[in-house]
Amino acid sequence: MSTATLAPPAVENVSPPPAKRRKKGWGYHAVMAPLALLWIAPMVFVLVLAFRSFDDIAARGTAAWPASFSLDGFSEAFGRGAMGRSLWTSIQVTVPAVLFSLLLASWAAYALSRFDIPGRRAILLTMLAGNLLPPQILLIPVSRVMESLGIYDTLVALVTIHVGFGLGFYTFVLHGFMRSIPSELTEAARIDGAGPVQIYARIIMPLCRPSLAALGALATTWIFNDLIWAITVLRTEAKLPVTAALLNLQGGYVSNWNVVAAASVIAAIPTAIVFFAFQRHFVSGLLMGSSK
Amino acid sequence: MTAVATRPASPGRVRRRRNIPKVVWVFLAVPAVVELAMVFWPALNSFYLSFTEWNGLGAAKPVGLDNFKELASDEVFRGALQNNVIWAIGFGGLSVLGGLALALALNRPRRGVGLYRSAIYLPMVFSLAVTGLFWRVQYQPDGTINTLLGAVGLESLEKQWLADPDTALYAVLVAAVWRQVGYVMVLYLAGLKGTDPLLDDASAVDGATAWQRFRFVTWPQLRGVNTVVFAVTVIDSLRTFDIVWAMTHGGPYHSSELLSTYMFQQGFTFLNLGYASAIAVVIFALALIFIITYLVRATKEEAV
Repeated sequence: MSTATLAPPAVENVSPPPAKRRKKGWGYHAVMAPLALLWIAPMVFVLVLAFRSFDDIAARGTAAWPASFSLDGFSEAFGRGAMGRSLWTSIQVTVPAVLFSLLLASWAAYALSRFDIPGRRAILLTMLAGNLLPPQILLIPVSRVMESLGIYDTLVALVTIHVGFGLGFYTFVLHGFMRSIPSELTEAARIDGAGPVQIYARIIMPLCRPSLAALGALATTWIFNDLIWAITVLRTEAKLPVTAALLNLQGGYVSNWNVVAAASVIAAIPTAIVFFAFQRHFVSGLLMGSSK
Repeated sequence: MTAVATRPASPGRVRRRRNIPKVVWVFLAVPAVVELAMVFWPALNSFYLSFTEWNGLGAAKPVGLDNFKELASDEVFRGALQNNVIWAIGFGGLSVLGGLALALALNRPRRGVGLYRSAIYLPMVFSLAVTGLFWRVQYQPDGTINTLLGAVGLESLEKQWLADPDTALYAVLVAAVWRQVGYVMVLYLAGLKGTDPLLDDASAVDGATAWQRFRFVTWPQLRGVNTVVFAVTVIDSLRTFDIVWAMTHGGPYHSSELLSTYMFQQGFTFLNLGYASAIAVVIFALALIFIITYLVRATKEEAV
């Protein structure tokens, strides 16, 4: 299989001389390796900066070759910067938000994909459309709705809006998957006397595990990385999740680049872990997004 | 995208049951009510608020089209709209070109490809706020960018990238593209998987150049992905908020202001809730056509 690449044309399939092939491989890596390095350079640079001391940075600039090793940035970020607390807040928001999103979305997807609900196509697309709306059109009323529900400035409000806003997309993706499960499976269970809830719990959900994993990985990073909903429904600084707290901290440590860098690294690590642990799911989750 | 290509033409129609058990209605109603309360009801409210003047206390005062008239003569709003156009073209254009080029380069399995792909899409997992801070560091007066320019003898180009009204928007744009390219690349890699390698091989045997093979063989097969990428990119660019907020807050002097940041400022800093809602309605109107494109695409896929 040879699809169009940026490599020179038309030789590879007509018995390429081995020498030539090797040379071409060199050219390829000569372009791609520096490019990949350039791509990760900003991250490496911030990581290095986080481990330098304030004096070193102040004296020699942020871009200088590191001449110190210090954990001050991290201890300050975790200490007065309270990054540990906001990290914990983020986890408290992300875990229930992801679980409830997937649970409710799987309910809706099950109902819409396995039963003859009138207008189910319209319902599904309306739900998806809700997720595509620009959040700006929701911000002000959402903060008002949270106030009237008496949960403004609580983490419950943040979880609720994440679930409500994401539902349409998760439902759409899960619906696509559930529809592909052969009806013979559920019919057989039904004849054996299983009710709709049992069929959902014993047959449909276990079969959906791969797409749930992929959606879960994707939803985790989305919700964990959120900024706009957090600053819309929360007011108390001590309650802010990690992204919002990071921006506040940056305002307070304007020239303490080691602290700012350390705090960004702290905020970046959880999603990086999710990425490496679920890389396969993560990519397939993105692809679901594309074929929605 | 691949789903379309690989799914058999007519999957065994799922036979559904006529009478629907009550519990199934509950399954549908609970999520539907949550989404109604959190998305559709608020959205309708924004439309109403855009025709009012309100500071959040007491009752909103209906003012008809005044907010929109005011927007038309608001310099900052017009600047933000213009910046949004620049943003959509720059952000969209660069991330699509970059993502497509990288997808083509990294499509074929060979040694190192997995590593390169990971490097390119790793930034995508970071939040836009983190991305913003990563790049703020680079853009510092004594940061990497200026230092590199100095090292190659281009001191004259050194700037306060984020504090200079001429460069702030583009400096933020670069950071956003850095993060987005990986996403677009993944979409195109999926699209390329759905193309027929035999067609490409055949045209190669017939002596087509790499460019001809791309332009006349591969590109037409990517039409489906292009629609999605296009719609996603435009919707994303209208939504863009976090990274600008993290890097410049729309400044200096509104030079990097986008509609979303201006709306947030009007609504949550100045509490001009009616005016901010009017900006939100404009954002919605701009996004609508692309939302519809996306939904039409989704409908087609559903119909397969």
